[in-house]
Amino acid sequence: MTAGVGTGSGWEPVIGLEVHCELMTRTKLFCGCRNAFGDEPNTNTCPVCLGLPGSLPVLNAGAVELAMRIGLALHCEIRPSLFHRKNYFYPDMPKDYQISQYDEPINVDGWLELPDGSRVRIERAHLEEDTGKTSHLGGGGRIHDAAFSLVDYNRAGVPLVEIVSAPDIYSADQARHYASELRGVLVATGASDGRMEEGSMRVDANISVRRAGTDQLGTRCEVKNLNSLRSLGRAIEYETERQIALLEVGDVVVQQTRHWDEGQGKTSAMRSKEEAFDYRYFPEPDLVPLAPDAEWQHAVAASLGPMPAERRRRVAAAFGPGPTGASRTDQIATVVELGLDDLVLAAVEAGIEPALAVARTANEAAADADGARAVDPGTYVELLRMEQDQRLSATQAKAVLGDLLAHGGDPAEIARRKGFEALATDSLAGVVAEVVAACPDEWARYAEGEDKLAQFFIGQVMKSTQGKANGKAVVEELRRLRG
Amino acid sequence: MTGALELAAAVRSGERSALSVVEDHLGAIEALDGELHAYLTVLADAARAQASAVDATVSAGGDPGPLAGVPVAVKDNLCTRGVPTTCSSRILEHWRPPYDATVIERLRAAGAIVVGKTNLDEFAMGSSTENSAFGPTRNPHDPARVPGGSSGGSAVAVAAGLAAVSLGSDTGGSIRQPAALCGVVGLKPTYGMVSRYGLIAFASSLDQVGPFARTVADAAALFDAVSGHDPLDSTSLDRPAPRTVGAVGEGVTGLRVGVITELVDGVDAEVVAAVRAAAESLAAAGAVVDEVSIPQLRFGMAAYYLIAPAEASSNLARYDGVRYGLRIEADDVEAMNRATRHAGFGPEVKRRIMLGTYALSAGYYDAYYGQAQKVRTLIIGAFDQAYERYDALLGATTPSTAFLLGAKVDDPLAMYLSDVCTVPSNLAGHPAISVPFGTDAAGLPIGVQVLAPALGEVTMLRVAGAVELAAPPRAVPKLVAAP
Repeated sequence: MTAGVGTGSGWEPVIGLEVHCELMTRTKLFCGCRNAFGDEPNTNTCPVCLGLPGSLPVLNAGAVELAMRIGLALHCEIRPSLFHRKNYFYPDMPKDYQISQYDEPINVDGWLELPDGSRVRIERAHLEEDTGKTSHLGGGGRIHDAAFSLVDYNRAGVPLVEIVSAPDIYSADQARHYASELRGVLVATGASDGRMEEGSMRVDANISVRRAGTDQLGTRCEVKNLNSLRSLGRAIEYETERQIALLEVGDVVVQQTRHWDEGQGKTSAMRSKEEAFDYRYFPEPDLVPLAPDAEWQHAVAASLGPMPAERRRRVAAAFGPGPTGASRTDQIATVVELGLDDLVLAAVEAGIEPALAVARTANEAAADADGARAVDPGTYVELLRMEQDQRLSATQAKAVLGDLLAHGGDPAEIARRKGFEALATDSLAGVVAEVVAACPDEWARYAEGEDKLAQFFIGQVMKSTQGKANGKAVVEELRRLRG
Repeated sequence: MTGALELAAAVRSGERSALSVVEDHLGAIEALDGELHAYLTVLADAARAQASAVDATVSAGGDPGPLAGVPVAVKDNLCTRGVPTTCSSRILEHWRPPYDATVIERLRAAGAIVVGKTNLDEFAMGSSTENSAFGPTRNPHDPARVPGGSSGGSAVAVAAGLAAVSLGSDTGGSIRQPAALCGVVGLKPTYGMVSRYGLIAFASSLDQVGPFARTVADAAALFDAVSGHDPLDSTSLDRPAPRTVGAVGEGVTGLRVGVITELVDGVDAEVVAAVRAAAESLAAAGAVVDEVSIPQLRFGMAAYYLIAPAEASSNLARYDGVRYGLRIEADDVEAMNRATRHAGFGPEVKRRIMLGTYALSAGYYDAYYGQAQKVRTLIIGAFDQAYERYDALLGATTPSTAFLLGAKVDDPLAMYLSDVCTVPSNLAGHPAISVPFGTDAAGLPIGVQVLAPALGEVTMLRVAGAVELAAPPRAVPKLVAAP
């Protein structure tokens, strides 16, 4: 599970991802039916989304707006666009064609910056309708051996944006980072809840391999059914190894659509290029061209908040200039991914040490992200200030924070209830003196300059104060005693 | 036979009851439709109930609507809630839509009474109404002859007095051609002027709903009742529809009218003579008349027979046996699709699905569908140029008068050529109307076609009104309701 599978063997994978994102509109793309996940089957349907004879689509402006938000967030150009019909027979597709955008999509030519600073180009992000959902029941449970099939058309006509990347991804890790970053962007735009497990974000991977150092693309396979970041990574690794193995023995890769089997950890052929559907695309005559005017585009752009990459930069900037280590980069990525960066920025603004603010947020607050997103920033800052001013020890602060996020309340009050009154300096001095007296050997070594024994003494002091002591104050007292 | 405006005036004033009007028409249907077969479904009870409601409104001093008590026949490709809507196809034989087409709602709002659903060529594909799965409709002027098509049932219902007016749909001439062959007025509006919501699609970019009537004024009144913006149809024009009924008698003084060379060339001599006579009468009435050649119209048929089948191949994909209509059970879903479509569609529908599928196929799209769209643009440009010099254009509606049943069923190309004069207006999206003008030596009606630029309905109806005024006495159908 590492980056650059195959690089050691002189091969490298080249990957492009197609991500389908269900838009969180109130209604479907072409009718007024509710767009909701998990309702009773076939309750959110009407003549339009059932494709009944005579019905006609009417484009949902809310979906267009979300598509524009995605496009703007991915630095795309928003263009006048057309809808086409993609024709093929499938029982969960009510009209036996899908209304999609083809050669004139709404968003083109953008890019996504990953946390490591690499950029993946976005070729297009276009609007289309989702299909219904088929369940194959009885028999073998697959389409060809099931006893019967049931179709739920609640999902039919739900708006999707398909985001197609350029083949700019060169490892399973990078692919996962791309999908994860894209999910962050989709959530930040308000377009999606980013839930892969509910199918609101679905990923297909186009994978080919080539000799490292060359720039010609090999024959690709498209892998479908990737329902999690884990599946995405595993499927890319498997598929890369499969293609390398073929090429190593002088075989060729056949252009195919392949299915990822999560249980077996394998891809298998679904259909070859020759068997591929001829979709017979042609312009959808029931819809008019879509051309959002400049005013609308500006209004959408103005309502768009900062994207994750920008938000990471803002948090990093709170530390001021200078290098940041890998663990801090991870902490920053975590707070942004969980939408907790505003807490960090509020804390730093209020004078809290950036390192303390980001550490508490990325570690303890992140463990209860829902609670943290709901907490009042002022209250959060108040708690961090108690720790920074050494009115609470780190251990105490973490305990108070846990309570605060779970149940709300006032940090000082929670601390009092827990009996977390920081020890007065003179009583701390007494405890430290007792501990030193009880451990003469360790004290001798510490006195000779073995600083790491400070941790030992902190531990002992904590033990005898039930964690009420402040670690830094203990060290100061030890230093004072050592002279 | 009393016209629609006259009937409405009598019902509105209380001079006649809507119920008696409806009973008269139901009686005529009873007497004649066994032989004519204009109707697939007669809605006797619903019509009586609706008529009684109109009468109640009149008695209560309320406004029963501009078409109060007017019996209307509706082509069976317009959705009527709870009432079979078959498209004359086995595949929809028992289907009852859960909703009304927008035009049906507007008819009811105007006080008109839907007396039944009329026969058509299956899915509106044909020019004789012989392609109905439920048997042909016969021409009331000579039951051995076809009424034209595809809206043959609606044309015959009006010609024989089985309805005061009716609605049809016109994709390549399916209103105007049967109107000409049955000796009634048939109007195809500007594309987007009448809602297509609830019109079962044949070729979406060409289909338009329009009226049949025995007079130009009645056709205008029905057009006024059903036209206008519909938010459920994205291709519906978002502007107020013109009120046309007052324009019919305005005369043509100063209007510039061109006889289109290509719409009289290759047409039967007796039909050409009628067009020339109509032109002379317009000149006598004060119009400036001469002849204009629009050579690009010669490419209309070729373009039409690529575009219409291409769109049809996609529009008819949804009849797959999964959700509604006919289902022929089979071992798996693909076999079920195939068996259902094999059994459910007639030969002409299959032919067009195959033509259209081919025209859209990978590698052929540019040569066929793409090229046809270019021709379409060319035709629009050529019309635009002509309309710089003319307010309206004149030509034949059909190359010949009504032909014998069976005469062209084995020769699809000869059948297709029945629409040679009407197809250009569909490709351009322009309005056109067929007005009866004399008969051939056998006493069969001849239609003269008036064409106008997009949104030119008012001018078109002024010209049509003048043509009607100058026309020789109408032929009386052999099979017709008692006066």
